[in-house]
Formats: sequence, C-alpha cells, structure tokens
Amino acid sequence: MKVAICAQGTHLDAPMDLRFGRCPYFVVADPQTGEWEHVPNPGPGAAGGAGIQAAQLMIKLKVDAVITGRLGPNAMEVLKKAGIKVYEGTVGTVRQNLEAYRQNRLPLLTQPNAPGGHKP
Amino acid sequence: MIVAVASGKGGTGKTTVSTSLALVAAEKGKVCFLDCDVEEPNAHIILKPRLSGQEAVRVRVPVIEQERCTLCGRCADVCAFHALVVLPQEVMVFSPMCHGCGGCWHLCPAGAIHPGWREIGQMEEGECGKIRFVHGRLKVGEAMSPPLIRAVKQRAQAGALNIVDAPPGTSCPVVAAVEGADFCLLVTEPTPFGLHDLELAWEMVSQLGIPCGVVVNRSDGRDEPVEEFCRTRNLPLLMRLPLDRDVARGYARGIPPIAVHPAWKGHFRELLHAISERAGLKCAKS
Ligand code: SF4
Ligand code: SF4
Repeated sequence: MKVAICAQGTHLDAPMDLRFGRCPYFVVADPQTGEWEHVPNPGPGAAGGAGIQAAQLMIKLKVDAVITGRLGPNAMEVLKKAGIKVYEGTVGTVRQNLEAYRQNRLPLLTQPNAPGGHKP
Repeated sequence: MIVAVASGKGGTGKTTVSTSLALVAAEKGKVCFLDCDVEEPNAHIILKPRLSGQEAVRVRVPVIEQERCTLCGRCADVCAFHALVVLPQEVMVFSPMCHGCGGCWHLCPAGAIHPGWREIGQMEEGECGKIRFVHGRLKVGEAMSPPLIRAVKQRAQAGALNIVDAPPGTSCPVVAAVEGADFCLLVTEPTPFGLHDLELAWEMVSQLGIPCGVVVNRSDGRDEPVEEFCRTRNLPLLMRLPLDRDVARGYARGIPPIAVHPAWKGHFRELLHAISERAGLKCAKS
C-alpha cells in the first residue's frame, strides 16, 4: 500500500502543498508500516502538462492513492484510468494528512476541482 | 510582396488599418487579404467576401495500436510536450498537447504508433470585389494555431500585394503570421500600455529581420511618447489616424473607415506608397 502526498518539502513534517502538478515534492508513504520516502516532482519545471506528467509519475511509482488539494481534468482522467484514488487533503503537515487518511477522514475526489492549467 | 499588420495587443484597430489598406490598394492592383487572426477572425465583417471554398487544416497526431504496445513507457519519456501517458493497461494520447513532432512514432521500439490526423480548424476563401480573401478559423478550445496560420499564408499570390492580418500579441502565432513578410506595420494607440506593447512587438519583428513602421490609431494629438520611441529606434512613424466617433460607430456596424470618411483614402494611399518604398529596399526582386 502506497500513498503519495503533495508536499512543500522532503519529509513528513513538511507542510502539505495543495497543488498536484506543481508541488515541488511528493512524500510517498506506506500507512501500514509507516515507511516513507520523498520524490521530486518533475512538474514545476515543465512549460505545460505538469499535471499529466505528475500523474505519469504516480503510475511509475505504483501508488494506490494520492492526497492533494486541487486536481485538473487531465490529471484526474489519468489517475482514474490507472485506478489510483484521489483524496482531498487540507492545510497542515504531510504527517497530519497521512493520519487523517489512515482514520478515513479525507473526502474522496472523483471529479476535477481545478481548471486545467495546461498550455501546450 | 507580403505586408503584415500586427499590434502588441488586441483592440488597437489593427483590422481597421489592414482592411482599409486592402480596399485602397485594390483600386490600383491585385490584392490578396490573408486574415491570420485565426482565433478571432473579423476582417470578413468589414470586407464582406463571398466565400466559395472551404478546407479542413489538419496536423499529425499519434495513433496507438494497443495490441502491439508493450507498455514500455518510451513514448511518454520521449514526448517533450507530455501529450502521452503510459497507463498500466494502455497508452493515452492528449491530442491538444501534441505538437506533431513525430518523436513517438519514430522511437516506439514495438512499432505500435503510427501518425494519424487531427483537425485544428478550417480555412475559407473567396472574393470581395477585386480582393482575393482567405481566412482561418481555429476550432474552439484548440491551442495550436501556427499550422493553420501557415496554411492561410500559403495562399499568398505572387505578383499581388498580400496583406497579412496577424493575431494580437507577441507569442508563437504572431511569429508564424509575421515571418517571411517583406514589411510589417505595427499599429498602436497613444497610451502608456499601447507604447509598452508596441515595444514588445517591435522587438519581435526586428529579431525576425523584417523592416517595420508604426501607425498610431485613435490619436488625440498628444503622441509625443510614441514619436520619441520611434525616433530613438530609427523607426518610421508612417501614419496617424485621429480618434473619430463616426469611424468607431461605422466600424462597429461593419463599415470601413474610408467609406465613412472618403478623405482618409489619401492617408492610406500615402501609407501604401511609403510601405512599397521601404519594403522595396529589402526585396527589389519580388
Ligand atoms: S513506446 Fe510504443 S510500445 Fe512503448 S509504451 Fe509507447 S506505444 Fe507502447
Ligand atoms: S508527435 Fe511529438 S508531441 Fe505528439 S505525442 Fe508524439 S512525441 Fe509528443
């Protein structure tokens, strides 16, 4: 079981970043064992298609769920097709959001809640 | 000869200038009007052409043969525009992001990608009196306008005065429209914003190596900043059109300024003369 949380920094106590395509890091954690690692997001440097690129990274990392604040339509479509669940996190640290997820307190996102930011 | 009419931003009256220039030039010789403002073409409202032909403009886009695909992930790594995503069960194509570069179908190790087509818009053409008229209409939501702009420009006629109405701004579509012109008219307004956008447009056009000149539209007689700008850049200020309520009202109803004020024809004849002199310096052959 792997969950990726959008983060402003590289560890569990970093503030969560509400953006998906353009958050600087993902903290990828196993909620059962508590193991975690950080992965840089290729999105922020991209001229366009940041959300799509980040979604591709989630597939490569084989995560089961993503915790983010906002998600555009393209990234949502990719994650849905890949069978990755999306949860809406809130302002706080990565650890707090992971804990909320473990306790089933985060709402499941099934529709994009942000406009597509892509510019080819 | 190709003359492009551009402006750093929208709403400066660029199309007022381009259409009037076409109407005046058509009294003397062959004119071909190419409306390359494909996101919002509006020259037809003034020129009222009779359209007789239509053609879809298409660009290349990858088609994935999912049965042959091994899901190796190569194509998504190769695509600089993030138009491809390799899912655990299939490859997804985000066509609006694709630039048709061909990287993916050349590099797919399984030969599972072949080039297909995607329509980005329509080109329409016809006549208005003696003017040959062509314009492009980009599909709603489509972001890739340069191929459509180039298709419209390919209709330029040898031996005619080809007038290209460029999109506003200074990004790729404007470069696509202005590229290859013999002369570029920069239409501006005498406001601080107008001047800023004029500077950006001038930088772009001079980088393309195209000689240009400035037209001040809706002048209130206090154009010193524009004059100063032109003087320091050695840029000719070729024409000044005054702020005129009748012209604005006529334009809103699709009436060209030279029909509202026939006296303005003289200004445009002089403008035409100035352009041919300056463009001629660069391309004495054509
Ligand atoms: S490169 Fe070819 S084989 Fe590999 S994932 Fe893409 S389409 Fe499939
Ligand atoms: S043709 Fe080029 S831009 Fe389009 S999907 Fe393939 S690699 Fe990407």
